[in-house]
Amino acid sequence: MLINKRLILAHFWLAFAVFGVALVLGAWQMFVRSPLNAWHFNPEFYYRSVTAHGSIMGYVFPTLVAMGFGYAITESALEKPLIGRRWAWAGFWLVAVGAVVAMVPVSLGWASVLYTFYPPMVGNPLYYIGVVLVVVGSWIWVALMSINLAAWKRDNPDKPVPLAMFANVAGSYLWGWTAVGAALEIIFQILPVALGLRSTIDAGLARVFFSWTLHAIVYFWLIPTYIAYYSIFPRAIGGRLYSDAMARISFILFVVVAMPIGVHHLFTDPQVGAGFKFMHSVFTGLVALPTLLTVFTICASAEIASRLRGGRGAFGWVSALPWQNPIMLATAFSLVMLGFGGAGGLINMSYQLDASIHNTQWITGHFHLIFGGAIVIMYFAIAYDLWPHLTGRALDFGLMRTQLWLWFIGMIVTTFPWHYVGILGMPRRMAFYDYSNAAVSPQAFSVTMSAVGGFILLISGVLFLTVLIRGQWAASSEAGAYRFSVPLHMPARIPAALNSFGLWLALMIGLTVVNYGYPIAQLMVLKETNVPAVYVGAGR
Amino acid sequence: MSDQKLFSLRNPWFSTSVGVTVVIAVLATLAGLIWLPLAQPDLKLSGIWDAICSAAGVPRASSQAGSVQADFKTSDVVMTSEMLTRPSQVSIGRGATLAQRCAICHGPQGVSDANSPNLAGQFAAVTYKELNDFKTGARVNVIMTPFAVNMTNQDMLDVAAYYSYLPRVPSSHADAKIPAPLIVTTGAPMRNIAPCGSCHGDIDTKAGSPWLGGQSAVYIKAQLHAFASGTRRNDISQQMRNIARQMTAEEIDQVAHYYEAQP
Repeated sequence: MLINKRLILAHFWLAFAVFGVALVLGAWQMFVRSPLNAWHFNPEFYYRSVTAHGSIMGYVFPTLVAMGFGYAITESALEKPLIGRRWAWAGFWLVAVGAVVAMVPVSLGWASVLYTFYPPMVGNPLYYIGVVLVVVGSWIWVALMSINLAAWKRDNPDKPVPLAMFANVAGSYLWGWTAVGAALEIIFQILPVALGLRSTIDAGLARVFFSWTLHAIVYFWLIPTYIAYYSIFPRAIGGRLYSDAMARISFILFVVVAMPIGVHHLFTDPQVGAGFKFMHSVFTGLVALPTLLTVFTICASAEIASRLRGGRGAFGWVSALPWQNPIMLATAFSLVMLGFGGAGGLINMSYQLDASIHNTQWITGHFHLIFGGAIVIMYFAIAYDLWPHLTGRALDFGLMRTQLWLWFIGMIVTTFPWHYVGILGMPRRMAFYDYSNAAVSPQAFSVTMSAVGGFILLISGVLFLTVLIRGQWAASSEAGAYRFSVPLHMPARIPAALNSFGLWLALMIGLTVVNYGYPIAQLMVLKETNVPAVYVGAGR
Repeated sequence: MSDQKLFSLRNPWFSTSVGVTVVIAVLATLAGLIWLPLAQPDLKLSGIWDAICSAAGVPRASSQAGSVQADFKTSDVVMTSEMLTRPSQVSIGRGATLAQRCAICHGPQGVSDANSPNLAGQFAAVTYKELNDFKTGARVNVIMTPFAVNMTNQDMLDVAAYYSYLPRVPSSHADAKIPAPLIVTTGAPMRNIAPCGSCHGDIDTKAGSPWLGGQSAVYIKAQLHAFASGTRRNDISQQMRNIARQMTAEEIDQVAHYYEAQP
């Protein structure tokens, strides 16, 4: 039962509105640094745009989707109204105000530091304050998810927590803990410098804190997608979830091993010892496990649906799947992109293999394929699935399919050449490439192709918003109660370990201390690791 | 749900998950901190503790014995973004008096047509660094060196504060029609040249980089050639020498005339 529909819709609408803005910026960036762009421009605009694109796509958009979807899950899975409605609105407004506060200095060119902050570059304090407001808003959501779960458990001591809610709370706890790294970096390191209270900063320590956030944030982005795999997809294609326990174990594994792995972003950084880089590499390898479990469970669930529809044969059942169904299409596309992106990820996490692609366009290609591709396409699916229940109006299936196809094609056309030029050695974070140079000219064709992919994505994004906007004027239709997938075997009793988080949070924090404790402590003690801040967008 | 206590070694979920996690963490630690460093012959470690310290990233002082020393005087000024940005009124006043002796070349208001740098409105850190470099000998000039050697540190701070306090005056060569050369707006990445504007104004300013708008073209050109030939070498870490050596004579000409025409 969805009660606070306005609250949920507000989160989704704001998320998709800022997504639209950031998508335009992204396409522009692809264009200006490609050979298609003949005119010369102020490179500062490029960094300004990248900062806005990254901050919106990384912090504002997925956070709002996770929050809105989280409230929808709470009400429909627990079958009771959300506790803390006013707090939820307060969280929403904090995110909204934070996004505006952060984007004003970025638009003015006062904080072109990119969304990963990159100290010792320091921009206008309002940018960081805005980001902190977004995070604080999302922490309200984290607290509300925990409170709602606790209240439900008190009222239903003998029932297993519904899978969707279990996964949702897992994601909120993961975010609550992983955001601490960037929060420490901003509050104790960057803001004092941005406000002029200090003029030096320990850039190495700041990067370690940021890596604490930067990798697990990906799993926070990913969890709504995985919830959609497990609790929307099997129901939408008329099947059953293959295993409820396997799903819970996957989410638990994310909570435990998504955190102590961020230093693989710092493989070429000198301030972290090689031994700790190896330890983080080991745990990064482990984080492939929940994804492999998920791929297996989801494919098995699809096979169940197909055989129920009369699918036959070892592989023949694939053709009997309901390919006309947008959720089927989105999930299939998402899994394909997850497969390619995951394979690339295994290269990034290997200490030696990473050396050949570190800081190249391969990395940008990789995270666009995983986040923009595998994850965001399921955000579309979530919106398509949820919308009729929120608005009481049906959406256009045909347009949805076109949109999903375009997003999939666009993302492949964008990211595959992007990976390739990375292997050729094209560095990332640059506004300008001289394609007339003999050493760079072989990359020109691939970069052009990437830019074309960017335009396809832009068209798909416009179509997505069109589907939702047109839905506002569609004929009313009763969508019924919002339901999640039913497992093949409904568990009557499940072990306490798969129904609570205490043990897993303890392991998550324990592993964080083991893998991050010493590198952070050492950098905090060393005084000579401070460097003068470099203010960007300062006086002329 | 289950009545069995979760946080108990008798609970297989607890013992297995904690056990597996601990085993993986211990194995990863042993491999990362002991086995892998010892397996690398190049590291020349003296034992297990040395291996752990090395792999954990404990910093150690390296010997300076074999390092190469420059055979000329280098600048000893340490630049920060905040440096000399908040001068006192007293300092500006003292600087105004001291600057009387600079007026013959740099103009009574910090601007002149003598092809010497226009100092009005220049960042204090920039003026201070150059004075200090003339004093220490890191930068040598027949006219400036004799002035600077007799200045105290406070004198140099005051003069720098005074000139940064003066308003910038529109250039007498101002010409808004000269388009910004590519080297100013985008640099030349393949030659490792950052855009001039990313440090010297218009796009951004960086600590220690002078404001170039309205400076004499003759002066800018002479300095770029001096950097390129190595006769001027007080730029920290060769920042300007590396750029000037890669610039063509035509580009040097273009930037000199472009900046002279800027406000």
